[in-house]
This record gives sequence, C-alpha cells and structure tokens, in this order.
Amino acid sequence: MPETTLSEQLPAGQTGTPVLEVSDLSAWYGEAQALRNVSLEVRVGEVVTLVGRNGAGKSTTLRSVMGLHRHISGNIRLDGQDITSRTAERRARAGIGWVPDDRGIYASLTVMENLTLPPVVDRDAAWSLERIFEHFPVLHTRRNFPGTKLSGGEQQMLAMARPLRMGAKMLLVDEASEGLAPVIVTQIGDIIREIKKSGVSVLLVEQNVNFASTVADRHYLLAEGEVVESLGNDEFQSRLEELLHHLGM
Amino acid sequence: MGSFIQYTLQGLASGGFYALAALGLAVIFGVLGVVNFSHGSMYMLGAVGTVVALDEFGLSFWASLIVVPLVLFVFGVLLERGLVRWLLKLDPLYNFLLTFGVTLVIVDLVKRRYGSSGMPYDTPAGLRGQIALGGLELPTYQVFAALLSVLVCVAVWVILVKTRVGMIVRAATEEPDRSRALGVNVAMWVTPVFGFGIALAGLAGVLAAPTRSVTADMGTNFIIILFAVVVIGGLGSIFGAVAAGFIVGLVEAFGQAYAPAYAQVLIFVLMAGVLLVKPTGLFGSGEHS
Ligand SMILES: Nc1ncnc2c1ncn2[C@@H]1O[C@H](COP(=O)(O)OP(=O)(O)OP(=O)(O)O)[C@@H](O)[C@H]1O
Ligand SMILES: [Mg+2]
Repeated sequence: MPETTLSEQLPAGQTGTPVLEVSDLSAWYGEAQALRNVSLEVRVGEVVTLVGRNGAGKSTTLRSVMGLHRHISGNIRLDGQDITSRTAERRARAGIGWVPDDRGIYASLTVMENLTLPPVVDRDAAWSLERIFEHFPVLHTRRNFPGTKLSGGEQQMLAMARPLRMGAKMLLVDEASEGLAPVIVTQIGDIIREIKKSGVSVLLVEQNVNFASTVADRHYLLAEGEVVESLGNDEFQSRLEELLHHLGM
Repeated sequence: MGSFIQYTLQGLASGGFYALAALGLAVIFGVLGVVNFSHGSMYMLGAVGTVVALDEFGLSFWASLIVVPLVLFVFGVLLERGLVRWLLKLDPLYNFLLTFGVTLVIVDLVKRRYGSSGMPYDTPAGLRGQIALGGLELPTYQVFAALLSVLVCVAVWVILVKTRVGMIVRAATEEPDRSRALGVNVAMWVTPVFGFGIALAGLAGVLAAPTRSVTADMGTNFIIILFAVVVIGGLGSIFGAVAAGFIVGLVEAFGQAYAPAYAQVLIFVLMAGVLLVKPTGLFGSGEHS
C-alpha cells in the first residue's frame, strides 16, 4: 500500500467562504479514541465527501458535528461561529441538516408528517413543499403513507428532503447510496447536484468512491480516525484504483 | 350469556383504569425516557384525593373528576421541575429509583394523615344501581366508568394523531435523539407531558374510588399490574399500552369469575406468553432504546 500523506493544500479554484470548519476534532467512546485531530472544511455550495473504510470514524465525525456525540475535544464552527458547545437541537436550528445512516424516518409518522415535523429554520432558504414534491415526486405520491411503508430509496429521498424543507444550509449525509439500486443511486446523485445548485453545502460520507467522484468537489480520506489525505475531485478520479485498494474494495 | 357480558363489562371498567394509567406511563416513557415508578401512587392519590375532596371540601364526584386530575397535573409539573428534570441526563435507572423513593414518601405521608384502613366512598348519586341494556341489568357505574375511560383514551388518541403536539410526542417516543437533531423542541414538551401522564393516573384513581377500597397501599398492587400491562403492550408503544390495559382488565375479570385464586397469576402468565412469542410486546417495535 502506498504511503499516504496529509496534504493541507486545497485544489486550485476553491476559494469560497467556509460554511463548516472543523478543527482538531478528537472523539472518544469511553477510553477508546475514535477520532484524532480531524480538521476539515466545507465551503458555500460545495459537496465534500468523507471516504474511508468501515470503522474509520466517518459517522463519528458527522455525529460530532451534529452534536449527537459529545465526548469530543476540538472546535466546530458554522459560518464562523463557534458551535462546539451547542446542543444538537440548536445546531439544527442554526442550519445543520441531519441525514443519518439509518435514514431516521419515523415509522409512526406519515411521509407528510416526517417532512413537516422539523421546524423551518430559515424561511428564505427553506424549500417549499411544492419544490420538494417537484424534485421528489415519489414523496408526493406517498405523502399519506406511514414512514415504514417506504422502500429504502424512498426513505433516503425523504431523509434528504427533510432538512431541505427546514432550510438547512449545511447537510450532513451519512452513506446516502448504501444498499440502494443503481437507478436510485443515480437519482440521489441528481438530487445532490440540485442541492448544490441551490447553494446548500453538503458533507457526504461515502464508501462508494465511484459515486463520490460523480457528485463531489473535494474529498477527505479518513483512516483510523485521522484525515490522511485531502484531494480535489480530479486527483481523486485519477487515483481511483489506488483509493479503492486503500479502502479494501 | 348474561354473565359473559357482565364480566366483559367489569373487565372493560377495570381495564379502563389500567388503560388510562398505562397511557400516562407510556407518554412519559416516550418523551422523557423515564419509567415512572410513582405512577401507582399517583393513582392512589387520585382515589384518596377524591375521598378527601368530598369529606373535607364537600366536592362532589363530578367536580373531583375535573379538579383531582388538574391538581395532580400541577403536582406532576412540580415533581418534574423539582426532581425528575435534574436526573434526565443520567442513566434512566436514576429516575426509576427517584420515583420509587417518591412513592415511598407519598404512601407514608398518606398513611400518616389518613391511616391505612379503607376510606369509604359511595357511588355517586345518579350512577347507583343497575341500568337495563338490551334486556340485561348492568351496574350503572361500571358502564359509566368503562365508557368514560374509552372516551378519554380516544380523545388522547385524536390529540396524538391530529395535532402538532401529538406528532412531536409520537416522534419523540420513537427516537428522542433524532428529533433533537432535526431541531424539534422536545424539551418544551417534557414538563407538560409529565404532568399530563400523572393526571391520567389520577383520573384512573378518581374513577376507581367508588369501586375499590381506597387505601394508601392501593397503588402498590396497581403499579405491578401496570408494568405487566406496559410489557404486554410493548414498551414505548402508546397504542399498545391502551390495548393491553383493556386486555388485562378483561383477563382479570374473567379470572376472578372462573378462577378467583389465579386471577392475578393469569395476568403474568399472559405476560410471559406474550414475551415468549413476541419479546417486544404485542404492539412494540423494539426500536426505542
Ligand atoms: N457507540 C459506540 N461505542 C463504542 N465504539 C463505537 C461506537 N460507535 C462507533 N464506535 C467505534 O468508533 C470507531 C468509528 O466508528 P464509526 O461508526 O464512526 O465508523 P464509520 O467510518 O462510520 O464506519 P462504517 O463505515 O461502518 O459506518 C469504530 O472503531 C467503532 O467501532
Ligand atoms: Mg458509519
């Protein structure tokens, strides 16, 4: 396996303002350290992925940014504001949108209720229901179905639509493509590009590097709780073979 | 046939007490993650409160039906604000122990003030005697108690399904952490939900007052059966709590009729049976952790 190096340089042409800045984030589960000094940033309208093997700490990073994992040190900023000590609820209200790996659809709520349960946190940025249904027609068809009656792909659509309807500006998406049929993955890709177009930033955890290379601007490679590489998408694509090898696929 | 209907009615009446109280227990568990051990003593306070309201304040049963649950709501709010709230961040076991301690204190205080013997309470005028229904003579009070319990359960159900508060309670019951990560202000509802749950136990107590021997200890047995109800219905399932409440009431009534010595045992046999076939309870999904 080739030696990987921590590269702090960012690819040329990426000079936007950062929305999310994570610096020196370490996280623990009891005594076991899951993250070591993870630093990363996502700029306005950027799609950034976090790739890495199983257990590398991808979900822990997202959960820490969301405020669901609290045993951490380091610093998290949203729009330049330190949010490290804020609760998950306040982070959500500040514009962080949560799309968990289990999709987090409420079984006892209908599709419509799942969409309208979270508060609208930014009136200007929030997608209207019409706009949601235009981009996720299947959610309209199934709007009165209970959450449990949706297929995996439909649940993923709902999970991604929910923070858009809140008006989140920074989406944290954990394994959007996992376990979905190729057609659905393509649709998810289209939606992520659409989200990007509307100026929303996305931090996407992915194991599917091929998919990652079709939607993202930049990538962070995480291994054993550390960021080992930061790559622009061009470099990422040219080193796909090597990366697949690194990820053990 | 006549006795079958009679036992059914009796079962629905006492099942109504379980259903109301279990509903309160379920919403509290759902939103706070607290297994409220003091629920039995709140039921007892409802019944004792009804007797005391009449003896000391001349309050009629009908007034007690409103006033006593309201007083218990306030009591629940104070209990949550004063004690329960401070332990919410810790292991749920702490609040279980806290509410167990609260129970001991409440029961002893009631014993000190009112003694341990039964406090008589007459069936309210207008609900005495029998009512003729479809050629059968049925105890009026039981018909009333069963109907009112069903009505209140349905009303709560409508609130849960049709209102925004209800939606938040359902969502929080499923997964409180996730709701917070979606910016839902669950905290805002914690205190009123706790008070409401306590008020439901109190209402069950008021309804039970004319039918049971009202003593400081009446909640002890009640809470044990209530836990069986919640396990049968599925911990974390609000609908399950209500359904299981009525089921347990029926099992108890038929047990008392045909095998009085085993009436209580039957409930726990039912619980064991349900656990063997479906460990998450009849209506539980086992998702709440
Ligand atoms: N609740 C937990 N308790 C203890 N250790 C945990 C817990 N959750 C995760 N870990 C450990 O922390 C490390 C990082 O886990 P994490 O879930 O963040 O990895 P991941 O990159 O998301 O993996 P996957 O691809 O499997 O989702 C792993 O070693 C894992 O075993
Ligand atoms: Mg993960």
